[in-house]
Amino acid sequence: MIELIVAERCTDCGACIEVCPANVLDRGGDGLPILARVEDCQTCFMCELYCRADAIYVAPDCDRRVSVSREDVLASGRLGQYRKHSGWDEWAEQFPNEQWLMETVFRRAGEAAARPKAQQPDIAGRK
Amino acid sequence: MVSSSLEELSITADVLIVGGGMAGAWAAVSAAQAGARVVLADKGYCGTSGVTAAAGPGHWWVPPDPPTARDAVVANRVAAGLGLGEAEWMYRILDQTWRTLPTLAPSYKFGVDDEGRVNYRAVRGPEYMRALRQHVLNHGVTILDHSPVIELLARADGSIGGARGQRRQDGGRAYRIEAGAVVLAAGGTSFLSHLLGSRTNTGDGYLMAAEAGAELSGMEFTAAYTIAPAHSTMTRSMAYAFATYSDADGNELDLPFGPDQTVRLARALQRGPVYCLLDRLPDDIKVRLHTISPNVPLVFDRWGVDPYRDRFEVTLHNDGTIRGIGGVRVHDLDCATSVPGLFVAGDNASREKVAGAISGGGNVNSAWALSSGTFAGRAAARVARGTKARLTELRPLGRAGLRPRGLPKAVDVASARDVVRAQMHPFDKNLFRTEKGLTESARVLEDLWREVANHGQDGSIALRETAALLATARWSVATAAARKESRGLHRREDYPARDPQLAGRLLSSGLDQVRVALDRPSASVRPDQLEAVS
Repeated sequence: MIELIVAERCTDCGACIEVCPANVLDRGGDGLPILARVEDCQTCFMCELYCRADAIYVAPDCDRRVSVSREDVLASGRLGQYRKHSGWDEWAEQFPNEQWLMETVFRRAGEAAARPKAQQPDIAGRK
Repeated sequence: MVSSSLEELSITADVLIVGGGMAGAWAAVSAAQAGARVVLADKGYCGTSGVTAAAGPGHWWVPPDPPTARDAVVANRVAAGLGLGEAEWMYRILDQTWRTLPTLAPSYKFGVDDEGRVNYRAVRGPEYMRALRQHVLNHGVTILDHSPVIELLARADGSIGGARGQRRQDGGRAYRIEAGAVVLAAGGTSFLSHLLGSRTNTGDGYLMAAEAGAELSGMEFTAAYTIAPAHSTMTRSMAYAFATYSDADGNELDLPFGPDQTVRLARALQRGPVYCLLDRLPDDIKVRLHTISPNVPLVFDRWGVDPYRDRFEVTLHNDGTIRGIGGVRVHDLDCATSVPGLFVAGDNASREKVAGAISGGGNVNSAWALSSGTFAGRAAARVARGTKARLTELRPLGRAGLRPRGLPKAVDVASARDVVRAQMHPFDKNLFRTEKGLTESARVLEDLWREVANHGQDGSIALRETAALLATARWSVATAAARKESRGLHRREDYPARDPQLAGRLLSSGLDQVRVALDRPSASVRPDQLEAVS
């Protein structure tokens, strides 16, 4: 679930409030977003992806809160990691979209498992 | 309704699209291309909400040349669909997907493979949905974000002429849209499992369609589950094709990659925790995993787990009608429902015609979302053009959670949701089904339905979602009870074989009283044999 917004990085652009599919965030009194309904967070990492300031940290845990230290997160280099690896915005040229490799992986797995082809359709292209 | 000092917002359109995921976005584009003024209302944000946005869908993608290639995949799929798929529909969605997907190129940069060829079939979800939003806007569609539709509106003749909802980032302001035709593309439901991106998918479209008089099909096929690291939503399963599994004592479990892997894993999870290692993932894929599926490594990285060397605990999340296939019955080639003016697309629609009795996985489901959206949008625009009588009164159709039959009283939404989860997620109830278990689930859900339908009134989005979850669970359980055999995603421990007399689709309908009937009854099946348990 979304656990942290680093205040000094936040530019108050409002993108996280706008794009959160579960409406977890509200605009706070000082303009900065606040975690108003964390219990509704679906841990989809979309807020991180749309945060150009790399100010948001979502913990992978979807069914429990975890305590997150601002210092640890800042030091870890994980802020903005998802955006970067997705080739989002300014990272478009450095990190190519290699989603197409997914089907190759399934094919190789199928070959490795050496199963008859007729049994493949249900597993050949999971989302 | 939630009180708001603001006056109800009134909007008119030719076509209203309910839902802004993949199917809704393609439906909006298609309706606009057909000349309609289109409004798209999304519960969340068109571009991030729904299961496509956080995933990486592959599309069912087979070139038209040589023609034998499509014949082969269709023949395979018809056979795998165990009597419920239709070749004609499969050819239709292959063709529509082939022609439509590349039209997104101005907004989406399709991947280029190692040989320099453009790959259209596999897309990255976040960019794809961001591009689709842009594509929708480029076609002049009006998007209402954070505007959940609460109920449909009917004309005097019963045809659908609009909807009402709330703008939740605008003080809960009520809105009302009058439209010539409506496309429901509100997604399926995972019954609030932690399937990635499915939190807003609560079956709202099913409830609204049923309130209008539409029937559902394939609701027994809600027993798809997907592996994820325990405590995470990361149900992207690619890497697990190469996994090795072990129990708490470190003994390796025999769960070979293949069609039975999920069922074997569920059996193992019933005995105790299961751990996983992705050590056999080829090295060349390991180094590119972060650019193939950028969100998959996030989970391990943030936990400090090296999935190639450290065992980690896994679980299975229920996919409900998302990777399952049930939904509103598609009445004709235009994706119309049996209710005039009402169309369905994507996971809101039953996908048996293209998926058969097994999951459409990612690729068939994606091709279905794109093409059913395209069919429905185009047809809705045509119907809207022919709708002249706009001055008729519109009657609101919402019942459960909005307009109780009895005295209003407070309903505990959180505990109601837990009840639905407790019936739809445990393997012994929804994956390894029995008469006894289904009867017990039906009783529990029936009691709760009576409470919500008789007394729930606050009109909050949460209560309407709960009513939709509950209605969907009831149709699923009743239909599963009526299918006394095992077929595809539907597995009955007490009827392990397939029954040739049930080689057809089961329709479910009704709100106060759930009814189940064979779509095309064979002579040997008496109608009363399929009466629902509720």
